[in-house]
Amino acid sequence: MSLPAQLRKISDTIWELPVTYKEGMLVPARIIASESLLSGMEAGVFEQAANVACLPGILKYSYCMPDGHWGYGFPIGGVAAMDPENGVISPGGIGFDINCGMRLCLTNLTEAEVRPRIRELVDQLFNAIPTGVGCSGSVRCSRNKFRQVLETGSRWCLRNGYAVPEDLEMTEEGGCFAGADADACSEKAIERGVDQIGTLGSGNHYCEIQVAKPENIFDPATARAFGITIPNQIVIMFHCGSRGFGHQVATDYLQTFLKVMTRTYGIKLHDRELACAPFRSPEGQAYFAAMKCAANMGFANRQVILHRIREVFSKLFRRSPAELGMDMLYDVAHNTAKLEEHLIDGVKRQVLVHRKGATRSFGPGMPGLPDCYRESGQPVIIGGSMESGSYLLAGTAGAAATFYTTAHGSGRTMSRHQAKKMVQGRTLLEDMERRGIHVRSASYGGLAEEAGLAYKDIDLVARVTEEAGLSRRVVKLVPIGNIKG
Amino acid sequence: MPFRFNDQISTADVAFEAWGSTLEELFISSAAALLRTMSDTPHEVARRQELIIRLEHEELDLLLFSFLQELIFYKDARQLLLHADTVDIDGKPGAYNLVAHVSGELIDAARHHLLVDVKAVTLQHLRVVFRDNQWMGVVVLDV
Repeated sequence: MSLPAQLRKISDTIWELPVTYKEGMLVPARIIASESLLSGMEAGVFEQAANVACLPGILKYSYCMPDGHWGYGFPIGGVAAMDPENGVISPGGIGFDINCGMRLCLTNLTEAEVRPRIRELVDQLFNAIPTGVGCSGSVRCSRNKFRQVLETGSRWCLRNGYAVPEDLEMTEEGGCFAGADADACSEKAIERGVDQIGTLGSGNHYCEIQVAKPENIFDPATARAFGITIPNQIVIMFHCGSRGFGHQVATDYLQTFLKVMTRTYGIKLHDRELACAPFRSPEGQAYFAAMKCAANMGFANRQVILHRIREVFSKLFRRSPAELGMDMLYDVAHNTAKLEEHLIDGVKRQVLVHRKGATRSFGPGMPGLPDCYRESGQPVIIGGSMESGSYLLAGTAGAAATFYTTAHGSGRTMSRHQAKKMVQGRTLLEDMERRGIHVRSASYGGLAEEAGLAYKDIDLVARVTEEAGLSRRVVKLVPIGNIKG
Repeated sequence: MPFRFNDQISTADVAFEAWGSTLEELFISSAAALLRTMSDTPHEVARRQELIIRLEHEELDLLLFSFLQELIFYKDARQLLLHADTVDIDGKPGAYNLVAHVSGELIDAARHHLLVDVKAVTLQHLRVVFRDNQWMGVVVLDV
């Protein structure tokens, strides 16, 4: 693919589109990538990063992370900080799956103990965690109780026996976005999500049993600080979000913003998918309060799934979750907007950071981190494809330039239909079995769509985040079992 | 061929183009494309339950957006996969009204050969146009 002629190389990992690239750009757009990753990005990535640079109130740069690819509104991997006083909030900068995120849970089991039982384990996880199209969960609650979930997130889970206190400490924002207001959410959103707590969904959502092999540890001291202490230790990683509830919140407010964006606020944009409203407007504040509800649903969803995973392990290995060392390592969100304090031109100020398919990456000593991660920096979880493995990294001080943000995954390079043309689900499943990865999926077709060949090289993405100073590699985790929707 | 998927305009999500000799046929084709995105065997989705969808919108493309979004809503809220049986649209630019009769059944993973869950209709590339004596729509679904 030919790159935009105006794209300038700033460093080996930073590429910039100047404000002259597109009419209306208020700041330059910066793509964080190696030459190789850059050359694989679709033309749409550059257009979308430039469109984001036109949003009122944007500060410094419109960023795209190394796993960036063509999305809707923002590119996937898009990051933008807005001045909350004169800037906007845009659902297209967060995504429909609000607080889609990653959670990593430790065990004190080793590969030698788990591999002989991997089929049983994967089968039982598959039965315990609903997956696939339109799946509903095992937590039954009334609409009133669901509103409590929306306003309190993981705290509701703690009160109802689905969490231990330490889980909340190991979750971004303590598992609850303060200021969530269920009254800002439509009845339709509530109806769509009320039965979906504890469900994985489908697409690129998964739950994986992984091994931390000694040869894949990049930073032994930080690995120990994160709880990776045993050779060939088993961990569980999973990826999902706020399910239909979050999707409906985003859809509702996208339509609200379309109505008022130009008519009421005089904002004109290149792309309707970036529909927005001033952050301080009634519509902007209502969306922010509803988005927080969806973020809390995302936290609660992952917390209930963790509870089910603990139940499965406990039953199979006949030990309690505490005896199995099933402590949460961390939970990171990658589709949110948050008010955070950052240095802008040397002045500390509050900004509204949109991250769409991008992970917060707080460096050592930053407020908001659990005490145990003060020295190491925030654990960053970057999921790869089900064939390639995933990465545990640490946040760095160098990520300040990107508002402490790094990549979130490996990023697709191929459409779902193309992947299905190239790979048959059943063949892929058998091939992975031969390679020591036992998979259960709700759908052979869905499995083929998620084949490793459809994704970028996760090793390269993780390395480039390190070279760019956004996060540093701690350990690569390789899969031995996987359930997919 | 009332619809076809188009990989050229979306990598991570699912894009389709749909056609109809009338606007109503275009909406029915679009609903079929949505169902096909989620199920490999849409013909196995029996018409056991019927629903009526009523919508209004100022713009045709956003009417299609809202119509498909309703079908996605029923997939999550009622676990229903739905065909669009009849669609009636009247009105003019600035005020369109839609009444659709849709039918389907509860999701059955064994028979419906499920593929990917659709999260939402996006505004990316969304359009409805009359061209070459037929109606054509472009839709990108977030999955």
